[in-house]
Amino acid sequence: MTYSRITLTVNDLVETVDVPQHMTLLQMLREKLSLTGTKNGCSAGECGACTVLMNDEPVNSCMVLAAECDGATIVTVEGLAKLGKLSKLQETIIKTGGVQCGFCTPGMLISATALLKRNANPTETEIREALVGNLCRCTGYYRIVEAVKESAAH
Amino acid sequence: MINPHPGLPELEYVKPASLSEACAFLAEHDGKAKPFAGGTDSFVRLRDGVLKLDYLVDIKGLEGTKELSFDSKKGLTIGAAVTMNQVAKHPDVIQHYPNLVQAANTVASYQLRNRATIIGNICNASPAGDTIGTCMILDGVLNIKGTEGERTIPLNAFFLAPGRTVLKAGEVVTSITLPPPPAGMVGVYKKLGRNQMSDLSIVGVAVLGYPSAKSPSGYAFRIALASVAPVPMEALKAEAILSEKKITAETIADAAVAAMDAVTPIDDVRGSARYRKLMVRNLTREALTEVWAKLSN
Repeated sequence: MTYSRITLTVNDLVETVDVPQHMTLLQMLREKLSLTGTKNGCSAGECGACTVLMNDEPVNSCMVLAAECDGATIVTVEGLAKLGKLSKLQETIIKTGGVQCGFCTPGMLISATALLKRNANPTETEIREALVGNLCRCTGYYRIVEAVKESAAH
Repeated sequence: MINPHPGLPELEYVKPASLSEACAFLAEHDGKAKPFAGGTDSFVRLRDGVLKLDYLVDIKGLEGTKELSFDSKKGLTIGAAVTMNQVAKHPDVIQHYPNLVQAANTVASYQLRNRATIIGNICNASPAGDTIGTCMILDGVLNIKGTEGERTIPLNAFFLAPGRTVLKAGEVVTSITLPPPPAGMVGVYKKLGRNQMSDLSIVGVAVLGYPSAKSPSGYAFRIALASVAPVPMEALKAEAILSEKKITAETIADAAVAAMDAVTPIDDVRGSARYRKLMVRNLTREALTEVWAKLSN
């Protein structure tokens, strides 16, 4: 097995990690850095449970090699709260009841955070388009969309 | 076969310092190595065991692969590492090739389009590739680099069969050039999936039209069809009908039937061949009607 040594920033911390070259970013986050908030769902880039921010843009971390991430900046769901305080969106999704089993929530939060960064006032259609790559197996989409709307309004 | 494990089969990640080095490596390991940009197709196929590789050769960052530029004479150049989202939000692409923006935005999801590339969509050579048809009817030309130098090939001569192209061992598509769009062009992409957004296409129809003094009808139309033949195809007979006869609702209906008659779809999990044929007719008619409404306005 061939390894790469990479240095990257994850949730504001600089990490140096030795990774097998076929290891995905998702595996590295969960298995090397113990950041298990990011979930593995479909392993095919469809469900979005593994969504993280890579250099400020959301990507499916199951579709990225860790070896590619040398020098990258990654934000996972664990990085959304600052100093123990949840982000506005995290607070709103709790309030609206947009969390059921919770499996899709980390990916939803990352995709929605990225949406609100590029579009502070999205329409419902824009919200649904931005979350098309995040599947909720409880099908609780209504309250998730409500949370994004309400968070944007603040 | 569905592989629930998040891991990829063991392979090496190769990051060459130049395109020449990438080509030499690919030529030396033909069949065992592939160029790697977004990986959105390769990863799925590697996990499913359909694709077996020893090396992924990262071409992102190599010379010219990140180029995305428009020139009023030369047209649009899209490098191999340029993602679909980068294309879709580029002001020049929005202004001059809105049909390409529309097609790119139908692919999968926002986060996937942050990795997926137009060149990858083309090189994957799936008949279902959503951006291929629009690039074809915009007369796209691929810029290719190999161990023996560079060459160009028109996109409509690139595909041989599903997943197979004319690329030779060691060759890499470095970019695509789309000539400046015809004056007065109106284009649309119609996609039918199992759901409203994000699915692979059951049928995809790319149409563009523009005023043309060369056509007896006064207009020229181009029509490309996805997911309905072994390779992305153009509906030449339908285009000829629209060039020759005065454009009316009847001519449009005739052209849509000609498009339907030209396709050879298969039955698969997403739809039957018969359904696909009928949808080619309906979507072609819808697309032509929409384009004509804007052209004749």
